[in-house]
Amino acid sequence: MPLTQADIDVEIATEHAAYAKRVADGAPVEHHPRRDYAPYRSSVLRHPRQALVAIDTAKDPELVELHSPAFGERDITETDDDLTRHHRGEPVGERITVSGRLLDRAGRPVRSQLIEIWQANSAGRYAHQREQHDAPLDPNFTGVGRTLTDAEGRYHFTTIQPGPYPWRNHVNAWRPAHIHFSVFGSAFTQRLVTQMYFPNDPLFPYDPILQSVTDDAARQRLVASYDHGLSVPEFSLGYRWDIVLDGPAATWIEEGR
Amino acid sequence: MTKIDTSGPEHAPPTPSHTVGPFYGYALPFRGGEEIAPLGHPDTVTVHGYVLDGAGRPVPDALVELWGPRPDGTVPRVDGSMRRDPATGGHLGRNGVEFTGWGRIQTDADGHWYARTLRPGPRGTGAPYLSVCVFARGLLVHLFTRIYLPGDETALATDPLLTRVGDRRGTLIAGAEGGGTYRFDIRLQGEGETVFLEYR
Ligand SMILES: [Fe+3]
Repeated sequence: MPLTQADIDVEIATEHAAYAKRVADGAPVEHHPRRDYAPYRSSVLRHPRQALVAIDTAKDPELVELHSPAFGERDITETDDDLTRHHRGEPVGERITVSGRLLDRAGRPVRSQLIEIWQANSAGRYAHQREQHDAPLDPNFTGVGRTLTDAEGRYHFTTIQPGPYPWRNHVNAWRPAHIHFSVFGSAFTQRLVTQMYFPNDPLFPYDPILQSVTDDAARQRLVASYDHGLSVPEFSLGYRWDIVLDGPAATWIEEGR
Repeated sequence: MTKIDTSGPEHAPPTPSHTVGPFYGYALPFRGGEEIAPLGHPDTVTVHGYVLDGAGRPVPDALVELWGPRPDGTVPRVDGSMRRDPATGGHLGRNGVEFTGWGRIQTDADGHWYARTLRPGPRGTGAPYLSVCVFARGLLVHLFTRIYLPGDETALATDPLLTRVGDRRGTLIAGAEGGGTYRFDIRLQGEGETVFLEYR
């Protein structure tokens, strides 16, 4: 029997109910997905069964994980944050600007760190050789960008609204439109890879990857807001998306080289 | 709520993690990502291994990131890991002189990865190690682990983490293959499952 959306819907609802019960019984809010989230079938053989071993960073402030790799102007080119300018011609689709701030759990800006993004084109096709979806490639769009955050932790990209795309988790599985983000903090412990979604996408309830974030408020934080102030007249629509990094960071002490 | 209010005293709730998915391959890996050691550096070591799933099958779409200190234990604060070429928009590769301490490697079709880096020096109370962050399709939150290199058995015997994990410590210590080459497999699940870490 092929796995249907109805099967996945039941599993998603079961996971939601189990989380609601855990919280009602006093368990803490879960900001991140559980790695063993069966509705996303690829997770089944790729999550550890043993409990993670906790490292108390307060006990050992010398840990290399409390520092982050450094990135600088050499690691980006001038047009890396404008994905519409990577080819000779104009890409097809709606131009968008995506901007926000990179913060830590205390709300402090994370400065001069690297943000990388990748995404499908406006037809929902990745410029990846293994991509099976037969929507058209756009010769003027690759869908890869990077930037450094500024002194206030701000980032800014110009790109094309990505399309939703089918995948093979189950029959008629579709991913809501999203942009993949890879982010570095001030410590390696804060490393984050995630996906940004667009408001009011009708595919949200059907997608086991988004629904793997079982906490409603946490899931909302993956959805950007339309921000008219970020829209550029005669050019693009603006979306605002702030990113908050989890994980401990070092208290800032200048270390000699 | 995607504009975070930082005026309040309460801590901002974190952005949830998601899987890296199957199609990061044209976005995240870069030329020379695995060549972390400066060219010809005498402290260069090669570390390599397989990423394996719960059925023991290789994971051909995993991404491994390494981060470690210099041989003297200090932490590099050097950019230039992924230098870009403004003329072509492509990657220039590292300059072969500076050590950034950080590398990124995609597993190949056999689930195999390798990196050449500098032997890490000791910091704090433990034995020296390389920090590892693993991403993959199917992995909703990345996994951290560490690569300890054999050699200083006294340091390994007293390391706080290695002593805590008991008979699983072997999953954190690379195997010496001679000539400065070390084998480190990453088993995501099942028999011989690698010890993965969370930081608090
Ligand atoms: Fe995607």
